[in-house]
Amino acid sequence: MNAWQFMTSHRVEILAATREHLVLVLISMVIAAAIGVPLGLTIVGRPRLRAGALAVASVLQTIPSLALFGFLIPLPFIGGIGAHTAIVALVLYALLPILRNTYVGLSSVDPAILEAAEGMGMSEQQILFRVRLPLASSVIMAGIRTAAVITIGVATIAAAIGAGGLGTFIFRGVAMVSDAVILAGAIPAAILALLADFLLGLLERRLRVT
Amino acid sequence: MTNPIIELRQVEYQISTISSAPILAGVSLRVNRGETIALLGRSGSGKTTLLKLINGLRRATSGSVLVQKRDVLDWNITELRRGVGYVIQEIGLFPHLTVRENVCLVPQLEHWPADRISSRYVEVLQAVGLSPSVYSHRYPRELSGGQRQRVGVARALAADPEILLMDEPFGALDPVSRAEIQREFLALNGKMSKTVVFVTHDVREALLLGTRVVLLDSGRVIAEATPHEFVRLAHPVAREFLAAAELTTGAQA
Repeated sequence: MNAWQFMTSHRVEILAATREHLVLVLISMVIAAAIGVPLGLTIVGRPRLRAGALAVASVLQTIPSLALFGFLIPLPFIGGIGAHTAIVALVLYALLPILRNTYVGLSSVDPAILEAAEGMGMSEQQILFRVRLPLASSVIMAGIRTAAVITIGVATIAAAIGAGGLGTFIFRGVAMVSDAVILAGAIPAAILALLADFLLGLLERRLRVT
Repeated sequence: MTNPIIELRQVEYQISTISSAPILAGVSLRVNRGETIALLGRSGSGKTTLLKLINGLRRATSGSVLVQKRDVLDWNITELRRGVGYVIQEIGLFPHLTVRENVCLVPQLEHWPADRISSRYVEVLQAVGLSPSVYSHRYPRELSGGQRQRVGVARALAADPEILLMDEPFGALDPVSRAEIQREFLALNGKMSKTVVFVTHDVREALLLGTRVVLLDSGRVIAEATPHEFVRLAHPVAREFLAAAELTTGAQA
């Protein structure tokens, strides 16, 4: 059976797995952005905290994904088998690009603009939220975009700890030594990644201020 | 004796104690209400630093800076800056805000009522020769250099400050727009009677717009004169400026 035949005959299951995958990614991204962006805002004016936070996020990123899932399983509350453990891992992976881009975006605003803002009597908070954040928004969005593409890929491995999603087909295909089954998971995952990249790219361009 | 609205007393400014040459050394200056002071000097003469001491963007290493008879160190810095308009070269406009949002920012931060902000916006945009409705929704990137400069002046005037600080406000403009905006600035200044301190390296601009020219060199005030007196100064640095602008006639008596 070739991949096309397999995909058409299992389209209902594939669609369900795609939906599962998407939910996994969306929840993880929302949480990662909700942590990463405020954390970026916090560290921008605090050099010591910044070094620490970026180092921790970088280290998390270097842990092989399968190993990270494995490490999380025995942990109480956040660990175990299932989607919530996968989400914890995905959030940890998505954190670095979001955090780093938030920091870079905020700190690369033209110093002349910042001095103008200061000279106009804006407080540090006002400068952060009314000047730096809007001017950094496209760079932050670029970080979210990178994180989304990474997360869609890494989420396929989440199937290994019973989180479902498109990885289910990939693992099943590997076990069955069937390219067709592997592709049934890999192709939709690739399409999701391309779509996310394209759509978030559009958003990023809309936010850009020249 | 008149009451200075801005006063610098023996001001020193040094970036670090290790580096030998101070940016400003022993600078004393009194600016009276309604004056337009031109701070003239070459790049690196300390003129921009002097300007930034007045709105607290820089803090004097020693000596004191008084605004409205109060030391800038005793001022609430936000209050001080909101009462002092600040214009820098065109880059200072916020690129993510429209002309209207740029101009109305300080009044908004000061919580003016909306109708007062609207009427003030119309007032200041007309004052700088721009149509309030045409430019309202435009972004700085959609404006020419001259228009940006006008918006910069309008923004500095928006909260009706008594003092206006301008750092090479017309520096980035072509000669024609520059002459035009200088003429308008003279007319505007006549109407609004603000106290203005502006920085320039252009002696013609200093003589045209200033009621008094303060010449800075290597962090020191080396001459203070009305434009009329300035062209007759014998100081070599003043002569250099005048010679470079071919304004030496009438000097050799």
